[in-house]
Amino acid sequence: MSMINYASREINCKLVYYGPGLGGKTTNLEHVYGKVAPNTRGKMISLATETERTLFFDFLPVDLGTIRGFKTRFHLYTVPGQVYYNASRKLILKGVDGIVFVADSQLERMEANVESMQNLYDNTKEYGYDLTKIPFVIQYNKRDLPNAAPIKDLQAALNPGWVIDDPAQQKVVPDPAHPGENLVEKVDADWMGRALYMEAVAVRGDGVFDTLKAVSKLVLKTLS
Amino acid sequence: MTGAASWSFSESDYKQIQTHLQGFLRESNARCALLVDRTGQLVATVGEQPQFDPTAFASLTAADFSANDQLAKMIGEAEFASLVHQGEKESMFLADVARRVILVVLFDQRATLGLVKLKARAAVENLNKVFEQMFNRVASGAAPEKGILEGAEDEIDKLFG
Repeated sequence: MSMINYASREINCKLVYYGPGLGGKTTNLEHVYGKVAPNTRGKMISLATETERTLFFDFLPVDLGTIRGFKTRFHLYTVPGQVYYNASRKLILKGVDGIVFVADSQLERMEANVESMQNLYDNTKEYGYDLTKIPFVIQYNKRDLPNAAPIKDLQAALNPGWVIDDPAQQKVVPDPAHPGENLVEKVDADWMGRALYMEAVAVRGDGVFDTLKAVSKLVLKTLS
Repeated sequence: MTGAASWSFSESDYKQIQTHLQGFLRESNARCALLVDRTGQLVATVGEQPQFDPTAFASLTAADFSANDQLAKMIGEAEFASLVHQGEKESMFLADVARRVILVVLFDQRATLGLVKLKARAAVENLNKVFEQMFNRVASGAAPEKGILEGAEDEIDKLFG
């Protein structure tokens, strides 16, 4: 739920980083915090356990620039990844404008990724949000690890796509991040759409800003 | 719904909110009143400027209120319309406004909880009216924010390189 404040000329949007435990959601926020100029970001808040597992959420507000005289403020949240924190995870999704799913590329985390993605679908559905329509980006993290699964396997498991019934949307949309690939295309008899994906090594910061920019752009385009 | 609906408020909405809150602070002797929307965004601050980071404070307030909302449901209550956090010197009173916004009142020993609660009731009623008008305007499609960035695709592209 973006909030437009005409008095202070600000557009406020909420982004949520979702995904399985220890997948790198907090690392994404920490990298953003470390890299952006201090005058364009607020304080980072972490509600974590002593073992640094996120208990409720991490929070970081950042300004990404000015458009039409409005300051664009993005509030970045992470959710706790562990399965048993679902009640607090669901609360964080309330009023979300854009979602980043941070998947752990390691082969042995495939099941945890799928379970978390299913949980995201279930939780967004309960709020009446449609993941195929709201700004949504999948980040395949930990691409540097030797046991990282191939992108095509991750895509097949986590981003298989959805059928597009609306004739107005049945046209090829190229994937801006991956030349030669499409976000919307005809597969056999059906038109299929899928979410934008990014590759990342969040501990090194690779792909972190690309992901943030991609989802922020999608959010602002919903206002245009 | 494809996603969360956006909402906006104009300068005149803001002035009305300020007037109600200033009146409330005068009558209750509280130090400061903040309005935070349920997604954690700060809408307004009236009274003594807080010494803490208001953005972080707003996100924690929304989380606090949402968590308590769920606790209320678990024990069979529809909601806790207000919450109190009482400290040795500084205290907080939180109340729901129009199911979308939270009024947060900060007060010290100069004010009493009873008076804050009593005066907040009237302030919340006034704020309910202001916010309901704002939300009705959005619902009726008269909201000025529709397509606020219309035609700004180039600017958005430029911003993100």
